[in-house]
Amino acid sequence: MTKLLKYCALVAGLVIFGYPFVWMMIGSLKPEMEISNLKLWSSLLSFTSYRTVFTKVPIARAFANSLFVSLSVTTLVVVLGSMVGYALAKMRFFGKELLYLLILFTMMIPFQITLIPQYVLMVKLGWTDTYLSLIVPSMMSGLSIILFRQFFMNVPQALIDAARIDGCTDVQILFKLIWPLSRPVIITVAILTFMASWNDVLWPLIVVRDRSLMTMPQLVTIFVIGGEAETQLGSLLAVSTLLALPVILAYAFFQRYFIESMATSGIKG
Amino acid sequence: MSGRWNIAARIRKSEKTAYLFVLPYVVYFLAFVAYPLIFSLVLMFHRWNIVTPMEWIGLKNFIRMFDDPLVLRSFLNTLIFLAIHIPLQIVVALSFAMLLNSRVHFRSFFRAVYFTPVVVSGVVVTILWQQMYSFDNGVFNAILGSVGIDKIPWLVDPAIAMPSIAVMATWKNVGIYIVLFLVGLQHIPAELYEAAEIDGGSKYNAFRHVTIPMLNPTIIGVIVLSTIGGFSLFIEPYVLTGGGPMQSTLSAMLYIYNQAFYFGHMGYAATLGIMFALVILAVVVVQRKVIEAES
Repeated sequence: MTKLLKYCALVAGLVIFGYPFVWMMIGSLKPEMEISNLKLWSSLLSFTSYRTVFTKVPIARAFANSLFVSLSVTTLVVVLGSMVGYALAKMRFFGKELLYLLILFTMMIPFQITLIPQYVLMVKLGWTDTYLSLIVPSMMSGLSIILFRQFFMNVPQALIDAARIDGCTDVQILFKLIWPLSRPVIITVAILTFMASWNDVLWPLIVVRDRSLMTMPQLVTIFVIGGEAETQLGSLLAVSTLLALPVILAYAFFQRYFIESMATSGIKG
Repeated sequence: MSGRWNIAARIRKSEKTAYLFVLPYVVYFLAFVAYPLIFSLVLMFHRWNIVTPMEWIGLKNFIRMFDDPLVLRSFLNTLIFLAIHIPLQIVVALSFAMLLNSRVHFRSFFRAVYFTPVVVSGVVVTILWQQMYSFDNGVFNAILGSVGIDKIPWLVDPAIAMPSIAVMATWKNVGIYIVLFLVGLQHIPAELYEAAEIDGGSKYNAFRHVTIPMLNPTIIGVIVLSTIGGFSLFIEPYVLTGGGPMQSTLSAMLYIYNQAFYFGHMGYAATLGIMFALVILAVVVVQRKVIEAES
């Protein structure tokens, strides 16, 4: 009996957390007048709403922008972050402790302080309405440096010493020896960074006004509050589906990595 | 004198490649952390709309902050949000985590679905909830209607709008905390429960005296992260209500955004940013102290 109740509660959870997404995807295919009823099926499914979206807003361009920005940011954070993490974990240099404390300190600064002056900096550099403003301010992250450092600390020193005796430079050691051993931490950092970059909307809203440079969540936001969606619920759901689907698909395939990574970032607080 | 030689000697002994490796970070830190921090202090004493030259106004931004009813309003709105969001998050996350921690099939499937809203953009979540909260066609009012209860204006009534947003934010984030609680539960040694059972304690007592104390670190984590999240609340009210009705969903972040990018008050917005950041740090420190003192 309690067993049955348990499963009832678990299935209720499935409905609560899953149903809205199913409703969104099917609603985006339904004719306008049938969307608001709660049925999940209709005999008149079509891509009309998607056609409306593609003619009204440059959504394909926004998708490409988002992909380019998120991939660039992720690559930079992984490459540069692992370099700093390696130096902090395995190299001797003056100023190491200070640098480590500095990084911990930056992780505690609420972004509310730096948001306005960072925008001013973008204006002064003439970077507003360019990809630079979307990529450069996010190309380093304290959390990923700390994650790399922690992981590299556990790499046996003997391995590195042996490589040095063989004449390897530190660059070779990091990218040819340590990287292949570090898949878990690279995946964690990559997922965290990519997700944060892909879903960020406040910063793009601030630094980009040019529609052809807008990221996907930003364009969708403008589409919704700018009144372009008007009362067409179908196109609203279509645009939401376009924004959510790539992430949901990636999540479906790499579910375990996503959950572990996000849980890691949760623990830091 | 010897100190300086000492430093020079230590730099000489350092591995030079290390400096090459950390150089990008140092440049980044100076440009995107140190400079903005210092510049925000400068902005605090100026009036500036970013186009015309800066104007020194001394402490006027400060004084204005205390005269501005919307500052207090956005602060109180955030507290209302947190007062609902935090307890709800803990109760829902802990309930599902305990269900998943018991012997059930398809555990990872359930967990995966509960986690889905976490990975999806807040914009999508907001659009979906806008429909669900719709007065005439929303699913919530449809359910209420089917059991004969009057429709509720979820986003239109100033007393209900912020709680509605808090429920939505809980739905979006609770997956993380289900996972964190689940990890916490799995780390509680079974002997503790056995001991509680031998002592003749009820299930409730085991929950009260074993589960809750052992999960304390996770609960602290939930409270701290939710507080930071509450003060960063932006896209939900921005898309859903624009801060209305009657400023009831004006969040701290939304107010800073409006001051900076709607009114062009960079100096005032920077001042608000500093103040809210200090509030966040203070609240987080106090929360930790209180919770640690209790356990």
